[in-house]
Amino acid sequence: MTDFSRLGVAAIRDGVANGEFKAVEVAEALNTRVAAAKALNAFIVETPEMAVAAAQAVDADRAAGKPLGKMAGVPIGMKDLFCTEGVQTTAASHMLEGFVPTYESTVSANLWKAGAGMLGKLNLDQFAMGSSNETSYFGNVISPWRRNDGDNAALAPGGSSGGSSSAIAARLCPAATGTDTGGSIRQPAAFVGISGIKPTYGRCSRWGVVAFASSLDQAGPMARDVRDCAIMLEAMAGFDPKDSTSLDLPVPAWEAGLNSDLKGKRIGIPREYRLDGIDEDIAKMWDNGIAWLKDAGAEIVDISLPHTKYALPAYYIIAPAEASSNLARYDGVRFGLRDLPEGAGLQDMYAATRAAGFGEEVRRRIMIGTYVLSAGFYDAYYTQAQKVRALIARDFDNAWASCDLILAPTAPSAAFGLGEKNADPLSMYLNDVFAVPASLAGLPAMSVPGGLDKQGLPLGLQIIGKALDEQAVLNAGLAIEQRSGFTAEAGEWW
Amino acid sequence: MSVDKDTVNKIARLSRIAISDAEADKMVGELNGILAWVEQLGEVDVTGVEPMTAVISNKLRLRDDVVTDGDVRDKVLANAPAKEGSFFGVPKVIE
Repeated sequence: MTDFSRLGVAAIRDGVANGEFKAVEVAEALNTRVAAAKALNAFIVETPEMAVAAAQAVDADRAAGKPLGKMAGVPIGMKDLFCTEGVQTTAASHMLEGFVPTYESTVSANLWKAGAGMLGKLNLDQFAMGSSNETSYFGNVISPWRRNDGDNAALAPGGSSGGSSSAIAARLCPAATGTDTGGSIRQPAAFVGISGIKPTYGRCSRWGVVAFASSLDQAGPMARDVRDCAIMLEAMAGFDPKDSTSLDLPVPAWEAGLNSDLKGKRIGIPREYRLDGIDEDIAKMWDNGIAWLKDAGAEIVDISLPHTKYALPAYYIIAPAEASSNLARYDGVRFGLRDLPEGAGLQDMYAATRAAGFGEEVRRRIMIGTYVLSAGFYDAYYTQAQKVRALIARDFDNAWASCDLILAPTAPSAAFGLGEKNADPLSMYLNDVFAVPASLAGLPAMSVPGGLDKQGLPLGLQIIGKALDEQAVLNAGLAIEQRSGFTAEAGEWW
Repeated sequence: MSVDKDTVNKIARLSRIAISDAEADKMVGELNGILAWVEQLGEVDVTGVEPMTAVISNKLRLRDDVVTDGDVRDKVLANAPAKEGSFFGVPKVIE
């Protein structure tokens, strides 16, 4: 009997289309795995009946000889940042606990139209603010991975799309949606040994996605290989008149365009990413990545992105500034939590509601954002950060004169233990050092597994491409995947 | 620039987030740590650089000025924490 948990998106889609098995069999098998993996805390809400209903519809369409969608019969996890009609959507916050959208996000609607089904809503860092999934109101997500030293410490699955990464690595689902504001698809993918791509800003509609920092937020797929990412990105992307920054461009046939022959491609290695004191295993993996891309026919060139060190501080002004504005909507009046102390007026109700509904990290970021946007400080902080952001984007533009793609590590370390980086918010922020520059410039960027560190934990290689050139990013990812021989899996302890 | 407790309380007020005295004390250190770190942006020469307004150049579209949505009162009210009839309920704001 087929172990459906071992099949990826392409294998399930093809197996269903060819009649090797029924979509319902896959949905039921994965529903069972999801239900048995509570220890990972990857899901906030499970929706087994929806997975089965979508599968039945695909099976019926196939029986009737109707054409099947790009994701027909593939059950997926949906990050709980996407509004799903009739299914609680929380952004992992107390503020939105019990919020049941009356509409569907464009990205999730696109996936259902393509024949995918929903296994459930995946846990995340609260309002997508975090790099370890420790800020969720619904508890930490645990990575299925453990260090090989036998200490069994619970490890972070990365964040903010940590429910997505954990569920995919544990083979509860073949793929899941993620969102990436400053690395939230790539860093969790790297931490658990899977792939994930943040497309060019504007490829996937933001409509119906709980907003964090609108100029950075971008949805993308996470899956166990590059082909599966390409398939799912095709299903998610597309012009949406309901999002003012949606790109009015056709969706390329990324899957059909996959080609790991990189002859003629120049790969830039940014010297500023080789930080002093870079982890030895990370440096070694990066060197391996360079060798693999060379082997695939690419030419390696040294490049400079001189403003790299300013990307993180700029990000931690811009993202909180936008968050403070976006999260002003949570007022206890129209939806979400209300905390009305006895005898309180409207202003006190706002303040009490927001104190009770937002977690510590969210409150911290709203306050930083409010401060940097406040009278007298706006130019010194916010305008300066947006100017530096322009310089960071210009660095990439200059680099494209001598290269077509950039190769770098995804994160500066392997997964850390839960609680290890909590004491100081800054040390957590620094984990996004390699991910944030591409976010600030709106560029497509992908993480693929690059190997294991000394403790047996996965490390990720990041490929950054030119705007709209997801194809080249995916192709380089495929070239790495074909050479890295990465087959390691987390042991099934849960 | 650094913040003191009065400033933290003011930011909390502007943010409409109630904070306790102990939280304000803790926040002074945290915000100062983060602000001191982001201040390194001040050393970047930005002469002649326009602040970024869009990562990918994209024209804001215009649409026809027609009604394309609406008549969904019950949906709009469906998640209200308090409602009265077809209205959102709020504490009394006029004495």
